[in-house]
Amino acid sequence: MWPLPNFGRARWPLFAVLLLVLSAAGLVFATVAGADAISPESGPTDNAKDIDTLYKIVFALGAGVIALVWGVLFYSLVRFRARRGRTAPQIRGNTPVELGWTIGASALAIAVAVITFFYLDNIRDPAPSGPAALASVRDQSAVTDQPPPPDDKGIQIKVSGQQFLWRYQYPNGAFSFVDMVVPRDTTVTLSITSNDVAHSWWIPKLGGKMDALRGLTNETWFKADKTGIFQGQCAEFCGVNHAYMYARVLVVEPDQYQQWIEKQKKLVQQAQSQVLKQRKQFGG
Amino acid sequence: MATPEHAAGPLTARRPEISVRGFPARRAGWIDWVTTTDHKKIGILYFFTTFFFFLLGGVEALLMRIQLGSPDNTFLDGETYSQLFTMHGTTMIFLFVVPVFAAFANYLVPLMIGARDMAFPRLNMLSWWLLVLGGTVLYTSLFFSPPASGWTAYAPLSDDSFMPTHGMDAWIVSLHLVGLSTILGAINFIVTIHNMRAPGMSLSRMPLFIWTILIYSYLIILAISSLAGTLTMLLVDRNFGGTFFDPNQGGSPLLWQHLFWFFGHPEVYIMVLPAFGILSEVIPVFARKPIFGYKAVATATAAIAFVSAFVWAHHMFSTPMSTAVLIFFMLTSLAVAVPTGIKLFNWLATMWRGNIEFRLPLMFCAAFIAQFVVGGVTGVILAIFPVDWQLTDTYFVVAHMHYVLFGGSAFGIMAGLYYWFPKMSGRMLGEGLGKLSFWLMVIGFNLTFLPQHSAGMSGMPRRVNEYSTHGGLEGYNIASTIGSFVLALGVLVTLINVVQSLRNGRPSGPDPWKANTLEWFTTSPPPEHNFDVIPTVRSAEPMKDIRRSVQQRVRGRAEEPQTPEPVA
Repeated sequence: MWPLPNFGRARWPLFAVLLLVLSAAGLVFATVAGADAISPESGPTDNAKDIDTLYKIVFALGAGVIALVWGVLFYSLVRFRARRGRTAPQIRGNTPVELGWTIGASALAIAVAVITFFYLDNIRDPAPSGPAALASVRDQSAVTDQPPPPDDKGIQIKVSGQQFLWRYQYPNGAFSFVDMVVPRDTTVTLSITSNDVAHSWWIPKLGGKMDALRGLTNETWFKADKTGIFQGQCAEFCGVNHAYMYARVLVVEPDQYQQWIEKQKKLVQQAQSQVLKQRKQFGG
Repeated sequence: MATPEHAAGPLTARRPEISVRGFPARRAGWIDWVTTTDHKKIGILYFFTTFFFFLLGGVEALLMRIQLGSPDNTFLDGETYSQLFTMHGTTMIFLFVVPVFAAFANYLVPLMIGARDMAFPRLNMLSWWLLVLGGTVLYTSLFFSPPASGWTAYAPLSDDSFMPTHGMDAWIVSLHLVGLSTILGAINFIVTIHNMRAPGMSLSRMPLFIWTILIYSYLIILAISSLAGTLTMLLVDRNFGGTFFDPNQGGSPLLWQHLFWFFGHPEVYIMVLPAFGILSEVIPVFARKPIFGYKAVATATAAIAFVSAFVWAHHMFSTPMSTAVLIFFMLTSLAVAVPTGIKLFNWLATMWRGNIEFRLPLMFCAAFIAQFVVGGVTGVILAIFPVDWQLTDTYFVVAHMHYVLFGGSAFGIMAGLYYWFPKMSGRMLGEGLGKLSFWLMVIGFNLTFLPQHSAGMSGMPRRVNEYSTHGGLEGYNIASTIGSFVLALGVLVTLINVVQSLRNGRPSGPDPWKANTLEWFTTSPPPEHNFDVIPTVRSAEPMKDIRRSVQQRVRGRAEEPQTPEPVA
């Protein structure tokens, strides 16, 4: 058996200790600073939760790999530190060992892929609306070329990015900027596009981001099971005011949504007729 | 019919060699430097140029960190901030990391393979001149309006309708010049490595650093020539009414992203493979043990390069793509992890049961391994596209890429600097200052970039010049800003170390580390023609053989009966 590592005059275990302490401090600090510091945000939607779970699984595997590499590295640095009178065995390789870790690494990569496939459908494909969704809001779609949500159960909103604002087109013709209002427990599918440069739609607590590109339509979805206000901002650099291109999603009860959207429609119509009147007045 | 001439052919066909037919008159001072065709001088010019740009890029980073050091800060406005991150990325990638490996390769390729110069010495000089010119073009834009579209220059933001200033054109022209410089350098390395190796140095005895430079060069030819085409399309769109990226006229903004990342991902490996090569040279020397699995390490290098050409769309997982395409790019990206992991394990196995000497180059290599594995794991996490939808374009990605490019490549570059500086200057770098620099860099680096993972996961996108007090981003950013200054201090200490050592460093002698490769067979610094006699290579560690045969000869002489020297 090998003797215990000789820490005598070696200051170099410091190296290991310091890095570990530093990372631990970083993690503790991060945990204090924000509750969800070591995994992505997740909130009231299943796809965000699934992404979070998937992340945590892979992170655990990855942390294992990091621990293994650090362990072997720091152990070697301490245990095999140069000592007088010792010479290193001149080993040039070991085929079984090398094959072993090649197969091991491949197996891990395959495992990660398989785990991903396991969660993929739940994240990618829109789920049907829940029982709390009002029947009336279950089959609404904005005028887009995109296919409607599964079984027509849900609402479809068209999201367009422009410098430096998000615009939402609702099924009944109403639209709004920056704040999107959606009903709870209802599948909301988004068709995302851009009127100018590339933007990216992202509300961290509701799920992943999707880029908005001019001339192309991108799709994502979410179904929030709780009401609340969820913040996000444009995630693709889009110009000088990129940092101020905010978005909020207001998840409300389905009947509140119904009231809001009717009111919004009226407001939009009023504003439009006002504009038409003024245009006539000023001979536009 | 074999005539005597033909029969003599293979025997007389010798490998190309530089033959000296007389000495050109040496020009004085700086003229000698800027007109030299000596690969070592060009290498040193490359070092000065690239480290100069490294400092510029570093200052740009610090300015950004000051801005992000507190929430709602107004130190820099959105425009200046976006110019800074564009210049920072462009400088670090095109003017530091890629050409600094050309600096190492210029200095070391002929020495390590036992040649007297590069295959095309004048072309070599041209490469350096083009680099200087390209860098100058980029930085002249400071006097009008620097580019502000990020180093990725996504169309249509980089198009003339959204970015009408000429800084974007300067960026394009600059990248063309630097790209040409890089391609010419790569051609030179490929020709030199394939044709000018010392007798007996088969591919399987070639130093692993040379392996990585060879593959780096092939990747450059694949990737940078593709970039040249992409840049030209943008140039045409901006200035000559082209519509490659305009969806209203049959173009597509997605085309830019595909073309750019087709270059961009191999570029990542262009920036990291030679650092792998440095590790594969340094670790065996200080572990006093041959590299574990030479062939596996060389093969893994080639495998990484090959797979890296098929992973580009993992930078674009959130663009409109079918699930099948997403899965393809996820699988190829996961596949890269395998050969990369093999390399890590081989280095660890090289240290295992070694007799490890804690000199500065080895310390930087150890930090490289510890940090790069973090970047590798976050890379795997990012390869999973549903997870990437949460993480892409956030500070998580910023942290990931800096763990690979700073914690990896830049630490590898520092290892290389501390390892080969004695060869280049004839003087050792100070151990005390070196250790101080090392610790400042390790602490500073991790303090800067570790919290950025969390900032990204808490919702902080990349390339924002401001964040609010809500959202809990403040703590991460303050830590990061403090870290960045510690890191900068660490780099500064190494610079002081270099200056001090050039003045009065301890003389190193030809082979201070008892290393394995041929560059240590020459004096430090090497003479202009490198080798008086080019040794015949019998293994992958020729200096070990040479030392052994010298020892045997010395021992043999000691055993011989002493004959008195004839007195004159």
